[in-house]
Amino acid sequence: MSRKYSITICDGPTCLHKKSKELESAIEQCLKEHALTDKVRINLSGCLGMCGKGPILIVKPGYTIYGSVTLGDVAEIIEKHIIKKKPVARLAIEEDHLYNRFFRIFGDVNFFGKQLRIVLRNCGIIDPESIDDYLSVRGYEALAYVLTQMKPLDVVEEVKKSGLRGRGGAGFPTGIKWQLTAREKNSEKFVICNADEGDPGAFMDRSTIEGDPHSVIEGMCVGGYAVGAQKGFIYIRAEYPLAIKRLEKAIADAKAEGFLGDKIMGSDFSFDIEIRLGAGAFVCGEETALIHSIEGHRGMPRPRPPYPSVQGVFNKPTLINNVETWANIPVIILDGAEWFKSIGTEKSKGTKVFALAGKIKNTGLIEVPMGITLRSIIYDIGGGIPNNKKFKALQTGGPSGGCLSEEYLDTKIDYESLAKVGSIMGSGGMIVLDEDTCMVNIAKFFLEFTENESCGKCAPCREGTKRMLEILTRITEGKGEEGDINKLQRLGKLIQKASLCGLGQSAPNPVLSTLKNFRSEYEEHIKEKKCRAKVCSTLLGYEISEKCIGCTACKKVCPTGAIAGIQKSLHVIDQSKCIRCGACFEACKFNAIKRI
Amino acid sequence: MIQTDDVKLTELKNFMAEIKKRERSESQLIAILHKAQELYGYLGNDVMDEIAATMNIPTAHIWGVATFYHYFNLKPKGKHVISVCLGTACYVKGAAQILETIKKELKIAIGETTQDRFFTLEETRCLGTCGLAPVMMIDDKVYGNLTSKKVVEILHSLAHEHE
Repeated sequence: MSRKYSITICDGPTCLHKKSKELESAIEQCLKEHALTDKVRINLSGCLGMCGKGPILIVKPGYTIYGSVTLGDVAEIIEKHIIKKKPVARLAIEEDHLYNRFFRIFGDVNFFGKQLRIVLRNCGIIDPESIDDYLSVRGYEALAYVLTQMKPLDVVEEVKKSGLRGRGGAGFPTGIKWQLTAREKNSEKFVICNADEGDPGAFMDRSTIEGDPHSVIEGMCVGGYAVGAQKGFIYIRAEYPLAIKRLEKAIADAKAEGFLGDKIMGSDFSFDIEIRLGAGAFVCGEETALIHSIEGHRGMPRPRPPYPSVQGVFNKPTLINNVETWANIPVIILDGAEWFKSIGTEKSKGTKVFALAGKIKNTGLIEVPMGITLRSIIYDIGGGIPNNKKFKALQTGGPSGGCLSEEYLDTKIDYESLAKVGSIMGSGGMIVLDEDTCMVNIAKFFLEFTENESCGKCAPCREGTKRMLEILTRITEGKGEEGDINKLQRLGKLIQKASLCGLGQSAPNPVLSTLKNFRSEYEEHIKEKKCRAKVCSTLLGYEISEKCIGCTACKKVCPTGAIAGIQKSLHVIDQSKCIRCGACFEACKFNAIKRI
Repeated sequence: MIQTDDVKLTELKNFMAEIKKRERSESQLIAILHKAQELYGYLGNDVMDEIAATMNIPTAHIWGVATFYHYFNLKPKGKHVISVCLGTACYVKGAAQILETIKKELKIAIGETTQDRFFTLEETRCLGTCGLAPVMMIDDKVYGNLTSKKVVEILHSLAHEHE
């Protein structure tokens, strides 16, 4: 026995009355008899508040709570729980639920209070490079359980029953995916963890792997057992060196402890995991492109069907899930599909991790139950918008998603409701935009990204995004024409329908959603040549206000000599000569120059 | 240029020999390219030819893969590589201005290297440190909460180290 246990005994007045002091000496005596005094620590806790069920014992790790313990039970608890590592079910009044461990440690701080951590259950709690730490929080218990107590098909059924859906963004039911792969008759199958997190502004998968690599590995082992695969690949971005290092160590440790490799834990199941590095191609997040990349080719998608469950990597049946999806699996096995199903909305179960960033006070990684409102995320967890600025839009789903205006803030988060209002759940990027953000410019930003990342295989995506970007660039430069909005809408819908893979099918979303929710900003850019957020530089003008003390700094930097004025008197910009470069604005130390 | 007694080449060859022992070794092409770039800093034609000969993969295929992925460079880089993050969070907090400042200061465009081979300028999509936006990374170090002024100072201090 290598790990330390601790037994906490309640010595509140009621428990004392129910002989908890005697219990303590009996436990000490029993530990002595088994020569366990060095391995188990005894704590006295003060009243735990469960007086009705006293005397109370809590055995950690595992946080098993025993109630109404009598002197006669002591030997059984020590022999079964401490020595044989099997909690005594007869006496346990509360099992350890992985999900509420976070709050035992961090408490109900507002930032955490509205969160529910399932995927990130161990992040920040355990040492990610220590397999012992992972084991101490019931690590690999789910794997042990499925290998000894469940048939592969039972595991598939359990995942199906949980209602878990793919966390990579599309939300395909995970259990169905597992079932489709499991039913294929092939002696060689693969599972893949998609850790090619490419959305700009999203870092959920990186943090999950960096904080708790074993949970992903354990999830993959369970998946491998369920569908009958012998090998797993983790496809991860080369840009994540720390995550790669932690995964390498975790895989090596898991092999050394016998959780990976031949005949895992004495069963007939053998499973190994290999890391494959990406090389910076956004399209490789698409499953068929990812498969090509693992095979050593250019990462270009292909038409489906056949789906990877039938013909995946090396043409073998392959189960692909995202990092976050895999990390949910051990919890579903340990706490049960029934419990998992109790969280979330009717069609979206469990939690979702978001990377909250942009114009918000608390940026960071959050995990919330499905069904929470966007408003609650922004104001309760995120703390609202800094610098007393006004909220303008919430961007979800990265370059494949959309921008939602204030009126949609009471939308409850689930796959369907976000799609209904014109955005998507996506993999979890969530960027808050305030009044200083130009919606046309932000749409252009996302389109630049997808246009650049388009692999070039199919014409609608390759050519279509280019044309859309040209129109958007024109609009932001003040050369927008009547009819541009209609052109953007028509092209956008066409690209959505005709593109080969998810990248092209979702590329127009940022433009279409901003057109829907912020159409007036486009119209202003086109008709009035005005950018209300004062972002599009060619649409801005500069003016010198009364604050000018006549220091001549602006006059010196102006490249076209558009500024006139003598020392110590108010300067003036000749608008006909001004090229709107903004040099004077940067040079002025007295905030006398205003953008108009 | 590759020389036959090159230590780097020996290391690359040993790496490929290890991989060739494994099943479906040709699928490890990207891993080999990563290794080659780690050793040489970029993927030259001669290195790709070498990989083609050893792994029995057509050079054209290797070229196709190397040009497809952004991570691989076909030209040597400067001593310091500056990656300006253009992820969404940085973008809304003014990353475009930061990029312009660096371009002006070093007189190079994105993807280019200064004449003295000291700086290479690149853009990147999200370094995952959105809390510090806008950010840039020079080599392995992340610089956050940037302003145009701060960027110029950082570049100057690095250039002084050089002297």
